[in-house]
Amino acid sequence: MVDHLAPTSAPLVAAPSRAADEPWGRKPRRSITRANIFLYGTLIVFAIYYLLPLYVMIVTSLKGMPEIRMGNIFSPPLEITFEPWAKAWSTACTGLNCDGLSRGFWNSVRILVPSVVLSIAVASVNGYALANWRFKGADTFFTILIFGAFIPYQVMLYPIVILLREMGLYGSLTGLVLVHTVFGMPILTLLFRNYFTSMPEELFKAARVDGAGFWGIYFKIMLPMSLPIFVVAIILQVTGIWNDFLFGVIYTRPDLYPMTVQLNNIVNSVQGVKEYNVNMAATILTGLVPLTIYFISGKLFVRGIAAGAVKG
Amino acid sequence: MAADRKPSQLFRNMNAKVAAIPMILTACVVFVGGTLWTITYSFTNSKLLPRETFVGLDQYERLWSSNKWLISIENLFIYGVLSLVFSLLIGFLLAALLDQKIRFENTFRTIFLYPFALSFIVTGLVWQWILNPDFGIQRVVRNLGWESFTFDPLYNAEIVIYGVLIAGLWQGTGLVMCLMLAGLRGIDEDIWKAARVDGIPMWKTYLMIIIPMMRPVFITTLVIIASGIVKLYDLIVAQTGGGPGIASEVPAKYVYDAMFLSQNLAQGFAGSTMMLLTVLIVLIPWAYLEFGGKKHG
Repeated sequence: MVDHLAPTSAPLVAAPSRAADEPWGRKPRRSITRANIFLYGTLIVFAIYYLLPLYVMIVTSLKGMPEIRMGNIFSPPLEITFEPWAKAWSTACTGLNCDGLSRGFWNSVRILVPSVVLSIAVASVNGYALANWRFKGADTFFTILIFGAFIPYQVMLYPIVILLREMGLYGSLTGLVLVHTVFGMPILTLLFRNYFTSMPEELFKAARVDGAGFWGIYFKIMLPMSLPIFVVAIILQVTGIWNDFLFGVIYTRPDLYPMTVQLNNIVNSVQGVKEYNVNMAATILTGLVPLTIYFISGKLFVRGIAAGAVKG
Repeated sequence: MAADRKPSQLFRNMNAKVAAIPMILTACVVFVGGTLWTITYSFTNSKLLPRETFVGLDQYERLWSSNKWLISIENLFIYGVLSLVFSLLIGFLLAALLDQKIRFENTFRTIFLYPFALSFIVTGLVWQWILNPDFGIQRVVRNLGWESFTFDPLYNAEIVIYGVLIAGLWQGTGLVMCLMLAGLRGIDEDIWKAARVDGIPMWKTYLMIIIPMMRPVFITTLVIIASGIVKLYDLIVAQTGGGPGIASEVPAKYVYDAMFLSQNLAQGFAGSTMMLLTVLIVLIPWAYLEFGGKKHG
């Protein structure tokens, strides 16, 4: 084995790329070996475990109630019906009102759009200031901000209630938008600060020499050059804010509840007969927005996670 | 838009400071101020509204003599330890499998990670349905002929937290896998070559060389999972509502219930202060390890 590798490794020193040593590398793994069966077998078993809930959700939502009571949850529907979907969207009841999830959906949209825009605007300018216009004390505030990301929200819930009440925003969508902006700030600021720091400093200096100011450089140079990181930030925020439950339930009134809160109220309400097909249709509808984002964004979603993970 | 033609020292700092005002307010008023406020008021007897009647450690004594809180802590402990162990194990296993230059890597990765895009509410409701004893797995297995088969974690106070764990792992392991995979990809190919030349079996290479090399990745992942575990709330609300009875209560739910449902503000403050303390116990050693010796990054 050693003599086999010796002639190859010498010329490869200059270019130790993976492709170059492929012919001498591992044995071809395409064949059906015992290791391969184990490898793919394990992966497929896990894939089934991960896909099962999605499958059950879809299948259940397409069945009628009689079929659900008789059959098993894994069997495909004998008769496909879209009625549960229609009912979940427009007539399912949460306590007093019976206008379905559509209300929650539109509330979520009305929360989502301003929250995403505001949080990203604030955090990108802030990250830019931290990266290129450092001022005294900036690092201290930034460290506190990052530590804040790990503090359990529960310690800050009530003080925020008081702050919002003082501002006259408690229970309104504006208040919730502010809350999302505040709690999105640590991770987004980190994301933008790291990105702007990695950009070549000459660019910034050249613009300074040409007489551009703080906002001039931000809008004319930084913003156009950092579109990918904005996309990552948007993905991060859309999924995060759409999936929020705690802030929605605390800082809004029942008629302004976001979709997740309304979904939970529909499914876990104790009144009436449980309609499992409607519940599952409602569950899919709520998951649809982040799922769509996930499947469209692909690699960028992973990048957002990685960025979110490398805190500090 | 472009503020000033001449780069004036004062104006430059002004602009950056103005831009940083939201951060400064968030850091000082909400994060530090809010936390200190809550800690302070946890020593009062506030009920419906915050009051400044200080009663010392009374709230903490009540907290630790409350059965619901003790169950919450126990649940969080069981869920936390098992969730850490299993998500690291499964996450690393999946990452290692995906790292074998397999085909359809992207497909598998997409499948393993998609639950992470879903909210805990959706996760909890789906698993509530699958674990439903009348319609879910239990019924399916019984229909197959095994009449006495019992698997109803959500209706059995003894094992309800494991039912939550199944759902939590389903949602969260994809993230761990992603972090681990990034860590594995960061390891120099030459290490693998050297190990192969020396004839070290693959499992041993992972155990003795790769995993020790990935220590920073493991620690970061650990901190991320741990700080997520303490916040566990939505999943419980959606999947079990804390039931049966109070068997699946967790601290975050205890705090919410005390503050917003039972008008017992100071209890909630005391509970959340304990949660903060738990996080600090994890966070401070990590911050010390991460930033202690090196310069701040």
